[in-house]
Amino acid sequence: MGKRRYRVTSYIIGGLILVFIVMAILVNTTSLGDSTWMRVFFGISALNFTLRASVPLILGAMCGILCERTGIINIGIEGMMLAGAFAAFVAKTNTNDWPLLASLLFGVAAALVTGGLMGLLHGVFSIRYRMDQIISGTVLIILAAGLTAYLFDRNAVAEGKFGTIAIPGLSQIPVLGEVIFTNPPLTYTTLILVVVIHIGFFYTRWGLRSRACGEHPRAADTVGINVNRFRYMNTIIGGMLAGLAGGFLVLEAVGQFQEGMTAGRGFISLAAMIFGNWMPFGAMGASLLFGYTQALQNELLLAGVTTVPRQFVSMIPYIVTIVAVSGFVGRVRPPAAEGKVYETEGGSE
Amino acid sequence: MNSSSLRRIGQTLLIPILAVFSALVVGAIIMWIFGDNPIAAYRGLFEGAVGSARAWSTTIRKMTPLILTGLSVAVAFKAGLFNIGASGQFIMGTVCSVAVGINFEGLPAFIHLPLALLAGIAGGMAWGFIPGALKVFTGAHEVIVTIMLNYVASLFASWTVYAGGTQGQTPGPLWDTTAGPISETADVFISARLPWIFAEPYRVHWGVVIALVVALIMWWVIFKTTLGFETRTVGANNKAARYAGMNVNWVIILTMMIAGGLAGLAGGIETLGLNHKFAPEFTGGVGFDGITVALLGQTNPIGVVLSAFLLGALDAGGARMQFDSGVSADIIQVIQALVLAFVAAPTIIRQIYRIRKPSDQVESTVFSSGWGR
Repeated sequence: MGKRRYRVTSYIIGGLILVFIVMAILVNTTSLGDSTWMRVFFGISALNFTLRASVPLILGAMCGILCERTGIINIGIEGMMLAGAFAAFVAKTNTNDWPLLASLLFGVAAALVTGGLMGLLHGVFSIRYRMDQIISGTVLIILAAGLTAYLFDRNAVAEGKFGTIAIPGLSQIPVLGEVIFTNPPLTYTTLILVVVIHIGFFYTRWGLRSRACGEHPRAADTVGINVNRFRYMNTIIGGMLAGLAGGFLVLEAVGQFQEGMTAGRGFISLAAMIFGNWMPFGAMGASLLFGYTQALQNELLLAGVTTVPRQFVSMIPYIVTIVAVSGFVGRVRPPAAEGKVYETEGGSE
Repeated sequence: MNSSSLRRIGQTLLIPILAVFSALVVGAIIMWIFGDNPIAAYRGLFEGAVGSARAWSTTIRKMTPLILTGLSVAVAFKAGLFNIGASGQFIMGTVCSVAVGINFEGLPAFIHLPLALLAGIAGGMAWGFIPGALKVFTGAHEVIVTIMLNYVASLFASWTVYAGGTQGQTPGPLWDTTAGPISETADVFISARLPWIFAEPYRVHWGVVIALVVALIMWWVIFKTTLGFETRTVGANNKAARYAGMNVNWVIILTMMIAGGLAGLAGGIETLGLNHKFAPEFTGGVGFDGITVALLGQTNPIGVVLSAFLLGALDAGGARMQFDSGVSADIIQVIQALVLAFVAAPTIIRQIYRIRKPSDQVESTVFSSGWGR
């Protein structure tokens, strides 16, 4: 089995990020920033928007990585996110009279639990009942869309959302401090989670075992790993991350719930996961790229520097996703045993 | 028909029927938990779906595009492809049909109408060709590409009828110049409209007949032609098909184009028969419903027609249900998800109703072959 060819991709993404940071610092500190076009591409607001747009994508992609690295395809991230967002909203609106922080944290907890339950459902469908995993994901999406629309109380209002926390010292760094170290808590949490998941996956027993379940479940089983238990566990944790992405949308980004508010983010995070070659940092880089295309779309429309119809500008994130998936999927390798039901030797049901 | 083939039909129908029944029961429990009256809701649903001539005509109207989008998804499934893009293909079909329909004034109907329908098919085919070709040539998974193309199609459609904006944007090419600030197309010419079978107040047009004929044709193509055989072989075992000398790449592209064409035709029929124009707000939701239709119909064209009828009836009854009982019609979507879950996991149904698995039954196809090639 060949070595994962993630290095080239991650070098490219890493290099791009570096160039980008340099440009961003130049534009925001020197006279380069006098050009509207430069500000559209590298201005502080574009960078802030990028991070904000990326957080749910990063969390969604982490959800995808956790599930798929253990062998469960999860196209239901969209549904898990939506369910998490709705749960966060319901929890928040019902505790509006609590202290703001307690109420928000309660919302986060609700999002995590609901996401976890969606993950469990996906696990039960695809492991216990051997439902085709792509269909199971589709069921989650339709179910979440239907249930949240059915239960949505259109008069409910969530009061307040997470505010930014400037990290002392670090937030004083020019440009970087403003973009990275002056953010609301869930954004920090997300960035930390990426590191945690990377370490967990590649430097702990849990990670090694999880990956074994996704690459060669029979071998994993032979050495005494309970394959399906790992698959359940990781699908549930993944669901919680997707739920947190929904919670982020309601409690930190938008402040309210809207029907279908995830608007394809779950699908884009799938693309980010593939683009990032099922690696946490790779997927984060891809998410940032997709987030940046959304920021660009937003900045272009706000700056009014182009007469290209706004519909075409809005197509940018989707087209970039298609191009990315077409250009890189041939060069990435999914976990070998993904999508396949695992049955122990001779045993079933 | 002898008794063994009757029994086989019975076995094939048993799981879907029990799945629908179970979904309705679970839906009722959900409504009951959240304080709605399921009996009143289902009475309204039934009345609105099949309770009167008007209800029947609504059901037929709703089922027409579902047959075609269901076929679209089903055909792709036969080749092992998951076409989530029926919505986008539906939208492109609509745009192209309308583009022909609002132009060419004075053409005789027997040329104009087929031309407009063909344009719809072509639009959908083009939108199906992209994911097919990308899958073959770059390995991009059709699930991601078709989903992204859905968004692109919807933005494209919105641009074509855009009335122009504040920032010096020009109006879209299909915008009706007499509509003022409203973004919509003009009505298609009478010569491009599908005639009514039952006119007002029933509003049933010939689209349903076209859809049924297309379903028969697709049944014939899938089960009686070489192309259909190749499609099914590619879907069942990609490698075996390649070793047998079949041009797998071509089959994948062609299947996606046929799938796209079917969804495009659905879009064409829906506008030329019913709406006669489109505005940017419309979505290709029927495309997404096509997935449920195809799976419920077990990817068999005849099954697709039956399940399109069922979903059409649910859809038609939903409005009446909301009106009569105050239960939000969104519960219909929940019931659809449950139907899909129960159909896709027959083990659940077998456990609940203690049905033994028939020995000769082939397990349902596995679609999720991963993201690679």
